[in-house]
Amino acid sequence: MARALINAPAKAKRGEVIEIKTLISHVMETGFRPDNAGKPIPRDIITDFICKYNGEEIFRAELFPAIAANPFLTFFTVVTESGTLNFEWTGDNGFSATESVNITVE
Amino acid sequence: MIAAAALFLIALASAGTAGSAEIPLAERKSDYEFMGRETRAMQDDDTANPATLWVLDGETLWQRKDGSAGKSCGDCHGDARTSMKGVATRYPAFDAARGRPVNLEERINICRAEKQQATPLPFESKELLALAAYVGRQSRGMPIEITEDARIKPFLQAGRDMFTERQGQLNLSCAQCHDDNWGQKLAGAPIPQGHPTGYPLYRLEWQTLGSLQRRLRNCLFGIRAVSYPYGAPELVNLELYLMWRARGMPLETPAVRP
Repeated sequence: MARALINAPAKAKRGEVIEIKTLISHVMETGFRPDNAGKPIPRDIITDFICKYNGEEIFRAELFPAIAANPFLTFFTVVTESGTLNFEWTGDNGFSATESVNITVE
Repeated sequence: MIAAAALFLIALASAGTAGSAEIPLAERKSDYEFMGRETRAMQDDDTANPATLWVLDGETLWQRKDGSAGKSCGDCHGDARTSMKGVATRYPAFDAARGRPVNLEERINICRAEKQQATPLPFESKELLALAAYVGRQSRGMPIEITEDARIKPFLQAGRDMFTERQGQLNLSCAQCHDDNWGQKLAGAPIPQGHPTGYPLYRLEWQTLGSLQRRLRNCLFGIRAVSYPYGAPELVNLELYLMWRARGMPLETPAVRP
């Protein structure tokens, strides 16, 4: 179970620049650490993040082992129309999580 | 010769052997005040504070039926937002049946064993931390209120003794750093006063949520002293003393620390 938190304004003016903050629970195990018995712990990280605004990709990030647990990504976009922001995280071991929020243009 | 001896005595006294002074109530500062701007911003915004993820998990667990009694926390306690308000400010609290103080995590496990007929959750498990964070969150901003009665006094004194006694291979007491030298630097990091105002909290070094006992074990390891197992009475006594020492300070649970 992955929990995600999105902080984006529910309402905005057309043309306004808004900040979108995303936080997701994930261990981001680097693959470089040994366990108590000295065996390496296999890598388990989120590798990709995509944000789409009414189906159009507006932000994408690739994530690597040096990124801390529970990745917190923030970015900006220009509000063009009312609709939905879709967020998708994918990673190792078939990890996949999605979240969406609605935004209304005043 | 006499002057040299007197100087030596003064040096000895200032090295803390004469006993350290407690911080006056008005001069106490939360560890929050020793943090950088970015870390403060993480704590101030719930959607940037990773501990919120545990609080949300705790909210789910609160409603989940568990154990052979088939009850959830909510079945007895109702809505945590009202029933758990202020509860975390009073822990560790004296438990009459056990004749000793118990901390919040232990209290949750006692409830699980006795009321839900469920197996206790392991210390530092995600579920126990989530429940403790959820319960603690309901008291955010409320002052810490440790009841100081005759039953709790011996345990409080035991905790105070542990705080002020030198221990470990480095022969340091908690008080030498956190009462005498707070505000100074230790290897580049500020030494805080050590008030447990935000537990369980998200520590960036741990990259996860952790309890006060985890922090205490870290500190004991750092001075190369005996590290007690989770739930040990010594740790609960120390927790009790630290919470009493922070009495009146607002709870920040779940906090963020570097």
